[in-house]
Amino acid sequence: MTHFSALSLIKNALSGQKNWEPQWPDSEPKAEYDVIIVGAGGHGLGAAYYLAKEHGITNVAVIDKGWLGGGNTGRNTTIIRSNYLYDESAKLYDHALDLWDGLSQELNYNVMYSQRGVLMLAHNVHDVQSFQRHVHANRLNGVDNVWLSAEEAKEFCPPLDISPTARYPVVGAALQRRAGTARHDAVAWGYARGAAARGVDIIQNCPVTAIRRGPDGRVTGVETAKGFIGAKKVAVSAAGHTSVVMDTAGVRMPLESYPLQALVSEPIKPIFPCVVMSNSVHAYISQSDKGELVIGSGTDQYTSYSQRGGLPLIEHTVAAICEIFPIFNRMRMLRKWGGIVDVTPDRSAILGKTPVPGLYVNCGWGTGGFKATPGAAHTLAWTVAKDDPHPANAPFTLERFSTGRLIDEAAAAAVAH
Amino acid sequence: MLLIHCPYCNQTLPELEFTYAGEAHIARPADPSSVSDEEWRDFLFIRTNVKGPHYERWRHFHGCGRYFNAVRDTVSDRFLITYKTDDPRPELSKLLEKSK
Repeated sequence: MTHFSALSLIKNALSGQKNWEPQWPDSEPKAEYDVIIVGAGGHGLGAAYYLAKEHGITNVAVIDKGWLGGGNTGRNTTIIRSNYLYDESAKLYDHALDLWDGLSQELNYNVMYSQRGVLMLAHNVHDVQSFQRHVHANRLNGVDNVWLSAEEAKEFCPPLDISPTARYPVVGAALQRRAGTARHDAVAWGYARGAAARGVDIIQNCPVTAIRRGPDGRVTGVETAKGFIGAKKVAVSAAGHTSVVMDTAGVRMPLESYPLQALVSEPIKPIFPCVVMSNSVHAYISQSDKGELVIGSGTDQYTSYSQRGGLPLIEHTVAAICEIFPIFNRMRMLRKWGGIVDVTPDRSAILGKTPVPGLYVNCGWGTGGFKATPGAAHTLAWTVAKDDPHPANAPFTLERFSTGRLIDEAAAAAVAH
Repeated sequence: MLLIHCPYCNQTLPELEFTYAGEAHIARPADPSSVSDEEWRDFLFIRTNVKGPHYERWRHFHGCGRYFNAVRDTVSDRFLITYKTDDPRPELSKLLEKSK
């Protein structure tokens, strides 16, 4: 693996940029692995990376039905924050945020992590009470989050319209300064490169059609488009398709898959300094380093596996954006897309062991999986390697749906879903 | 935008008039106090989340206000049928043959 540095840049510039090596090989499957990870998104690739680096398990394959990072990793709006209400969530997302901090250096790959701050707008009394409760809960958990008046919010984000006659009046905002954005593709690529350099096989365009179990119930491997591949342990990290994959192992999941849409505008000069979310009107917006406004919408009301979503949601989101930021009302939108998000009844992830020995699952991240990438990857690797959860993901069990010990972020409404 | 047929109004109308109401044909346990935690979990939380024809409920919210059932393919979002709540669950093989 080439170490990226100023020196390597100069060297390759002098030779006409023709001698860069591929960053990872496109592997063919071996007959058997110690661990197979289903799904080569940021979470799956990251788990392979941490398995190799921190647990010394390098006989690992990451298998994906498409190309790596082509699912929700490449389809999200790249927002990173950890201002969740409950102790369990705050701990897990803040664990991720700690890892985001040094990720570019760790991977020797610029993930363009930018702590530009996430501003959550309050439009009414309910929002104010809910966000202030979040601010207090966050501070008790050591997660940074502060309350701003409308004027302070305007100062932090000048394009904001805070006039009292606005369609969605801004009466205040919660600001997490440590939050921000990162380049989503680079996260998948950085982990893929780091994992491949440590001996992990990345197998693309190879759908996993079934998980196989032996007579004792233990996992024996996976059936794929390239034949059977044996494995001592299998970790499923397949986002919207988790129900489909887990069903082949005889495990029924408390998940529903919905399309979540996003869109980008034409690129413009830097104008938007932070991330702004408005949960009441289901819209969030930031500006990418390319200059496009990246706009996120809500999930469609019906379950679906079509990576499209309906137009009414996009119309509603864009209308809301134009009301909150009148300055953008003549912008043209370049393209829109959808990703399939797997939503749990309590809107919290499931990350841990399953009733099947040797089978692990990382799913249910719903509309907020990208921000958790390093944390989910790190704790999934830990759980697989030690057959025991990390303290950060220990509460996020599958059993909580029968014990009733839910982590009810749905009611907490920290997330736009 | 989806066009949805309300079996009560007998009209095909835009999605915006309707609200989705989750998977259909999930019956509440007849004797709740005799049900185990695992059975409650299955009733409350476990869903087929099928990739393909999905039996689901919709409500004609901005119309007659009534709930009805539907079978929709979750890959194409195409409706195979909508039917009244007290109609029997239509057989999938017959629906698929009809939609060909």
